[in-house]
Amino acid sequence: MSAVRTLGIGTLMHAKHLSRSSFEIALALIIPLVQATLAVYLFRAGDEPHRLLEAAVGAGLMGVWSSVLFGSGGAIQNQRWQGTLEMIMLAPRRPVLVVLPITAATALTGTYALLATLLWGRLIYGIRLDFAHPLRFLAAALACVAGLGMFGLLLASTFVLIRNANALANPLDYPIWLLSGMLVPISVLPSWTAPIAAVLPTTWGARALREATSGGPVWPSIGICLAISTACLILGAFLLTSFERRARAAGTLALS
Amino acid sequence: MDSEYAIEAEGLRRVYRTRTGWIRPRRETVEAVRGVDLTVRRGELFGLLGPNGAGKTTTIKMLNTLLIPTAGTARIRGFDVVRETREVRRRIGYVFGGDRGLYDRLSALDNLRYFAELYAVPAREQRHRIAELLELVGLTGRERERVEGYSRGMRQRLHIARGLLHRPEVLFLDEPSIGVDPVAARELRRTVADLAANGTTVLLTTHYMAEADELCDRIAVIADGRIQALGTPAQLRRRADGRRVVEVEAYGVPATALTALRDLPGVRETALEERGALQLLTVQSDAGVDVQGDVLRELAGVRLGRVNSREPTLEDAYVAIVNAA
Repeated sequence: MSAVRTLGIGTLMHAKHLSRSSFEIALALIIPLVQATLAVYLFRAGDEPHRLLEAAVGAGLMGVWSSVLFGSGGAIQNQRWQGTLEMIMLAPRRPVLVVLPITAATALTGTYALLATLLWGRLIYGIRLDFAHPLRFLAAALACVAGLGMFGLLLASTFVLIRNANALANPLDYPIWLLSGMLVPISVLPSWTAPIAAVLPTTWGARALREATSGGPVWPSIGICLAISTACLILGAFLLTSFERRARAAGTLALS
Repeated sequence: MDSEYAIEAEGLRRVYRTRTGWIRPRRETVEAVRGVDLTVRRGELFGLLGPNGAGKTTTIKMLNTLLIPTAGTARIRGFDVVRETREVRRRIGYVFGGDRGLYDRLSALDNLRYFAELYAVPAREQRHRIAELLELVGLTGRERERVEGYSRGMRQRLHIARGLLHRPEVLFLDEPSIGVDPVAARELRRTVADLAANGTTVLLTTHYMAEADELCDRIAVIADGRIQALGTPAQLRRRADGRRVVEVEAYGVPATALTALRDLPGVRETALEERGALQLLTVQSDAGVDVQGDVLRELAGVRLGRVNSREPTLEDAYVAIVNAA
């Protein structure tokens, strides 16, 4: 119970801190607009205007992913800059209880990107928000946020160890949303990418959202997304404990 | 575990290895701490003094589990800092000086709520404990303001409140008064003295000799990664016994004059401190030798202010110890 409370309060405080950054607010306003525009023109050019909503949802998910990726890397790095990484790692808690609220908060604030992309799509491009399964869409969105938060923990564990974490985050942005089929269907990608896509929780989260948008069996995809994410959480928690010790040996918890 | 000592360290060493560049990587090894032995009794207020880069912060970080020692062992209340990390962390608080270490976009109250949760303060006690600490550090009434609007003194007081949330038995204070105005620094000293009087063991690092002299039961002077002297402030002050100090306020002392001063008969130490445009030249000499006339002769042509001859202080003893290292 105490662990759940710690996770809840930690997530709330980190989400509060993130959502008060003027830089983050500016990004959150601009990026969804760019992504909605990108999705609309890509699909119009491809003569598939009936799939515009699906495209907007995919673009929104790209925003959630970017938030988690840069949030996990950036948040750990920001904690280092702020001098708070040492203070939170010094807490007499398992490292997973300290870091999971940070990645969960980035996924939570990233949800805004999904909503904003849909809103921009509706307001500027007139995309009709006609979901095949509105309630299942909500469930899929929640699963995506929870799943990405847990996946973020796996990323964050490496960021604790590496002092220049954001250098690692940048090259991971595009490959993941491409491989997960957030915008372009996986079927058009080379066949060697299929096994990689199959183990990414983002692939199944994107699929669940797509199925909820245009019709399909949503629950199996949600289940697989959450199962892979839970595996990421367990692996991340294990790595975090090991990496925290290595970071103390290497002296990388502080900025200098 | 019920050890007589709150802090024990034996042969603590810490080496940093850095690598820069990818194609032709350059590796550097820096030995920050070269074998520190110390024991601090329960309830003692112990000072660790030393110049920048002497190894003070590295020593504190090995004792508070943030760094793993390269060699040697350390125990806090009998628990090993490497093997029994969580037991150690339950019993310690860590406060460092400066602007960092807090969530600026959160209020003081939110910062304290979050750290209370992280440091496992029972939920039913949190509200009372936070109110008590806000009162202690004089931030009651300002707790709902964001920390980014706080002065450095207020941040430092919030740091202290954060470090005390879980009632630590051992408190590490790493230069807590750095950049704090004199009134706030006096308040800080009173808070630290009260904590020690109530049984908290405090390990304090500071650059301010007066602060160490006023507060500490014992002081260790660390330089070049090793403890150079250890004793009560009175014992350390005696290191400068048999000496006399001449202080000269000057503007633009040339390096050649400083070298010449060091070579004067009877001179033991010289130090030049920059105070804005003014320089404060301190010359320590054997008590039986009057060097004031020689000093002023060497400074001929340099614009001078006040000249003073006095008994040595703890600071003079400290300078003598560090220079001898």
